[in-house]
Amino acid sequence: MTESRQAVTSTTDAMDREEHDLVVVGGGPAGLAAAQAAYDEGVEDIVILERDFELGGILQQCIHNGFGIHYFDEELTGPEYAQEFIESVAERGVDIRLETMVLEVTHDRTVYAVNDEDGMTELDAEKVILAMGCRERTRDALDIPGSRPAGVYTAGTAQRFINMEGKLPGEKAVILGSGDIGLIMARRMHLEGADVEAVIEIMPYTGGLTRNVVQCLEDFDIPLRKQQTITEINGTDRVESVTVQEVGDDFEPIPGTEYEIECDTVLLSVGLIPENELSVDAGVDLHPVTGGPIVDETRETNVEDIYACGNVLHVHDLVDWVTEESMIAGRSAARSLQNRVETRDEPIIVEKTDKLSYVVPDRISTVDPDREELPLYMRVHAPMEEVFVTLSSGGEQLARDFHRRAEPGEMITFNVDSETLAALPEPRLELDVVPREQA
Amino acid sequence: MTETVEITCISCPLGCDIDLEVEDGEILSINGATCPAGEEYAKEEYRNPTRTLPTTARVKGGILPLVPVKSAEPLPKGQLEAAMEEIAAVEVTAPVELGDVIVENVCGTGVDIVATRDLPAEESGPLAAD
Repeated sequence: MTESRQAVTSTTDAMDREEHDLVVVGGGPAGLAAAQAAYDEGVEDIVILERDFELGGILQQCIHNGFGIHYFDEELTGPEYAQEFIESVAERGVDIRLETMVLEVTHDRTVYAVNDEDGMTELDAEKVILAMGCRERTRDALDIPGSRPAGVYTAGTAQRFINMEGKLPGEKAVILGSGDIGLIMARRMHLEGADVEAVIEIMPYTGGLTRNVVQCLEDFDIPLRKQQTITEINGTDRVESVTVQEVGDDFEPIPGTEYEIECDTVLLSVGLIPENELSVDAGVDLHPVTGGPIVDETRETNVEDIYACGNVLHVHDLVDWVTEESMIAGRSAARSLQNRVETRDEPIIVEKTDKLSYVVPDRISTVDPDREELPLYMRVHAPMEEVFVTLSSGGEQLARDFHRRAEPGEMITFNVDSETLAALPEPRLELDVVPREQA
Repeated sequence: MTETVEITCISCPLGCDIDLEVEDGEILSINGATCPAGEEYAKEEYRNPTRTLPTTARVKGGILPLVPVKSAEPLPKGQLEAAMEEIAAVEVTAPVELGDVIVENVCGTGVDIVATRDLPAEESGPLAAD
């Protein structure tokens, strides 16, 4: 890696070198909100590097409504949500480079980017915000046996084909996975004239919102088959059918339950993975559960002056929370540039019990007098009803929030107020989820 | 004759299963809703179910061949497929601006179909930078 870079540097005298206060990698909702917040905090020299031909990221293909209910207090479609932020960074005069691919970010914040017009550019940044988002899990990640015919797509790829390129990927589809993208694509395929034979879900419950089950499946009589999975994809040139089997509590297929569904298309909606190749090269440590960087409450990683926010940090279910989190990252990076951050002598370690799968951030390392409350984001392991999320320190319960229902698919925000943080019995917080009667 | 209509509430993530007892279109009783918003949703969903319709419309000369659109207000649920056909018959010319009316009074519902993003014409678009 280092050798090839030196070769490029020595053979191209023309490689531009630039210096900037802040370089944001990625121009989706996370990068846009981070840039906006940093600018509003007083940093003007900001560059956004985006590999696509336009800003907005995945929102541009998410043409359905349901975005912005928390942040804008109105229901928007993905492109409408994106356009609000695209206009806002344009008004602020943020330097935007489209069709620009970041090849490397070094631990000392040199960013190597390439595009058609400028060739290679070296950007030396005071602060870097990683906002690369996530990508979809593919068939390879699932090891579905069978032949390798055409017609197997991730749901997001099919979404881009249909919503942005005007191409329907098939006429008879089976969708694996009932997360929101799978449900939304079932409706979309149906409304565009395809038959959606079934949505197959391995879990006993759907990973999507009830609203989407009703409005995307029930409205059109599309069957949702829970505790089943595709065990084989059949066909030579094109998908001809899938073999589906019921699964036991151990998620293993039950012999003898096989049946076949004829179809020419299989859409996979089976999870998202934060896209952290650049982060790892920069020396950023990743969290084993989220797959994203380990960060403190300012969203700074273990590599000083490199921050991360949005789906590259942990996969969010609502873009509104991506915006909220990215504004924290942008604002924090700006305040740090201006030497306005007061570091704690000893960070507060944020821990959790095994009821929760993860909590972001992992530690609280600054004191911020302008911060009234600090949001902690978390997910439960399994669905639970009538529970309290509790916050304790030194064996003492400091605060709790009631939830009628907590589900792995729905991120929980727990806001800790600054007074509580200032008066902890020990520099350690523990989050737990307890049934109402035990709380 | 009394019949039971099952409705899944979408007002919040609880997703209560609500049973309506109805006779000749009259709601006699509502069971299973755990809050007033749920009862209200069930009544509305029984009497006049509506949905916002997000889809796309064809564009000539744009940086993309399609522009995303939505119904400016929710449409009667039964009109969704008819609205899709009316929108499919339309081709607009770029540039398009967010909020532009793409189809007026779709299916006679009084609701317009509007664009949900700006779509520049090809020559002035970012794609033409090459």
